[in-house]
Amino acid sequence: MWSIISVLVENKPGVLFKITNLFRSRNFNIDSISVGVTENPEFSKMTITTSADEKQLNQIIKQLDKLIDTVEVKLLDERKSIYRELVLMKIKVSKPSDIMEITDLANAFKCNVHDVRKSSMVIEITATPDRIDAFEDLIKGYGILEIARTGICALERGYGNES
Amino acid sequence: MERMSGARSLMVALEKEGANIVFGLPGGANLPIYDELYKSNIRHILVRHEQSASHMADGFGRVSRRPGVCFATSGPGATNIVTGIATAQADSAPMIAVTGQVPSKMIGRDAFQESDIIGITNPIVKYAFQPMNAAEIPEVVKKAFYISSTGRPGPVLIDVPKDVQQNEAEMVFPSEVKIRGYHPWVDPDVREIERAIDMLFTSERPIILAGGGVIISGAFAELQSIAELLMIPVVTTFKGKGSFPENHPLSLGPIGMHGHAEANKMMVEADCVLACGSRFSDRSVGTFEEFERHLKIIHMDVDPAEIGKNQTTNVAVVGDVRASLRIMVKMLIQKAIKRGGDNPWLKHVNETREYFRQNLKLHPHPLGAAKILRKLREVLPSQSIVTTEVGQHQMWASLFFDVIHPGTFFSSTGLGTMGWGFPAAIGAKAAKPDVPVLDIAGEGSFNMTENSLAVSVLDNLPVIVFLMNNFSLGMVAQWQRTFYDRRMIGIDLKNCPDYVKVAEAYGAQGIRAETIEDVGKAVQTALKSNVTTVIDIPMDPEEDVLPFVAPGTSLKDMILPS
Repeated sequence: MWSIISVLVENKPGVLFKITNLFRSRNFNIDSISVGVTENPEFSKMTITTSADEKQLNQIIKQLDKLIDTVEVKLLDERKSIYRELVLMKIKVSKPSDIMEITDLANAFKCNVHDVRKSSMVIEITATPDRIDAFEDLIKGYGILEIARTGICALERGYGNES
Repeated sequence: MERMSGARSLMVALEKEGANIVFGLPGGANLPIYDELYKSNIRHILVRHEQSASHMADGFGRVSRRPGVCFATSGPGATNIVTGIATAQADSAPMIAVTGQVPSKMIGRDAFQESDIIGITNPIVKYAFQPMNAAEIPEVVKKAFYISSTGRPGPVLIDVPKDVQQNEAEMVFPSEVKIRGYHPWVDPDVREIERAIDMLFTSERPIILAGGGVIISGAFAELQSIAELLMIPVVTTFKGKGSFPENHPLSLGPIGMHGHAEANKMMVEADCVLACGSRFSDRSVGTFEEFERHLKIIHMDVDPAEIGKNQTTNVAVVGDVRASLRIMVKMLIQKAIKRGGDNPWLKHVNETREYFRQNLKLHPHPLGAAKILRKLREVLPSQSIVTTEVGQHQMWASLFFDVIHPGTFFSSTGLGTMGWGFPAAIGAKAAKPDVPVLDIAGEGSFNMTENSLAVSVLDNLPVIVFLMNNFSLGMVAQWQRTFYDRRMIGIDLKNCPDYVKVAEAYGAQGIRAETIEDVGKAVQTALKSNVTTVIDIPMDPEEDVLPFVAPGTSLKDMILPS
């Protein structure tokens, strides 16, 4: 089972290490992790995706909550959240017509084309993991030279009573 | 506000927290701290190895139920206390470890005696601080004591770079601290406690499993009230040994790998358990799946992460065990819920206990473990504090040494740290100087920290080392006899050293006890003389600890002596 956990933590040195070390020492799995400072500079928000069964997920959340530097731990409901990943892909250009074809595909997926050379292009896609997979599947015939992904970041829809 | 050095503020903050004793060993990176210790009223106990300092602080903390403090220098000094920190964490013992660190500008440059103790200890501390400005120290110390001693207690590390010790700052000593990500107190949910009562009352074969949490929270009276009101038999984990008087008619003793036969048997037959402050360790419950089969589990624990970790619970009461039990007692009294002792389950429990007491075969050797430990119980005052080392003697203590006075028995149960018992006994003696303190020891374990004899003698912290000497690493030997077809390797200690002479060399009293009468007399001599005493008791190296639940099996597969 794939889950998204949103963790609000104290924004100070060593906290990311504590979180990842917790996953390592308890034999939990991190599929992706993204970290950034929040609207309040005292906090950072981490979005962690993990594959775990219900029992293990329950433990992951409780053990995260137990850490003193975590302020809030939330299991996000996919249907009630917005989650995205940003991926940069460097794609091989073998013949001039590739550029047009790849650009068309990129447009269809609302990607941005950032760099076009004779033999390569860099495309940015920001989407849900399944859309990224679909795009990757279509594009891989041209040859993917390099890839860099941010990991998923997520927010719940609505605020307070609205959510 | 007052201007002073970081080291001075550390000492002032420690004093404000009521710390009046520190166990430690100085070195280059904590000399500014020691220089302030020299000027303060805090008593320093100089150890011969930092590991012992951490165990002493641990023993002090468990007995006094407030954090014991240990000091070590950077690098090897810090790494030497790692075992002690891990031990305290595994057994939820309050402890503050203060390490010196290389100057802040040298951190990360592989300086002399630099070790990344924050990184090394991360998975085994409740929290760790590394103040980078002297002005942070008062608040850090306040937070360290708060974190260490509240909720589920545990070790907290304070790693202070040398320049931070030396630098001066305007110091503010906060009278209280708040940590937004830390909520040690949760009020127990009253509805869950009501459900627990219903479940206990409606089940046919209820049992209480008392764990270490009962001892940590001091819930002895509450536990006893509930057991007596509902007439429910009580088993304990090994860590919970002595949370309930073991001479009480409802007591069955510890369950587990080397639990009492009657306790394991009744635990398996029970249909509902009230587990108080227990984490259902594998050593206590055997295989997790088998333990929870056919069993309704009510789990009380201060740590929400323990609920559902090893066992599926039917009712969970999160909160301080004492507070939860107190509410339960009140409800039982209000609702006038009581159960008589005249029921088939209790009758069966009593018969089973009687059967095993009459029929369990004991080792025939004249200095068999049961005989030795029952003699010890006879002569040792019931309020004495007893620690143990780790190994066969420890499990024999579990089986044959009844704890009468609640909260007087301490052991390294979670991590199983050999060498823990003796320094922990010294720490315990520092916490309660008026009570006799005795370490039930094996020679293999005692070897690891026996240089603490110097501390016990010179610092006037007399304890008794009750050395059950079987000339071998007995527990390993037992496993090699049982599981490895007697291929004995790495277990023979060859009667070396002579422990009477070792004791004498350190200025302690050494007594060899070669008969059961000798054992009794030696303990009496030690109690009377009130000096550090090692009682060397030669045993049969072939004696096994039985009953035995083999690792990876369930309590019902308990092996009995044949």
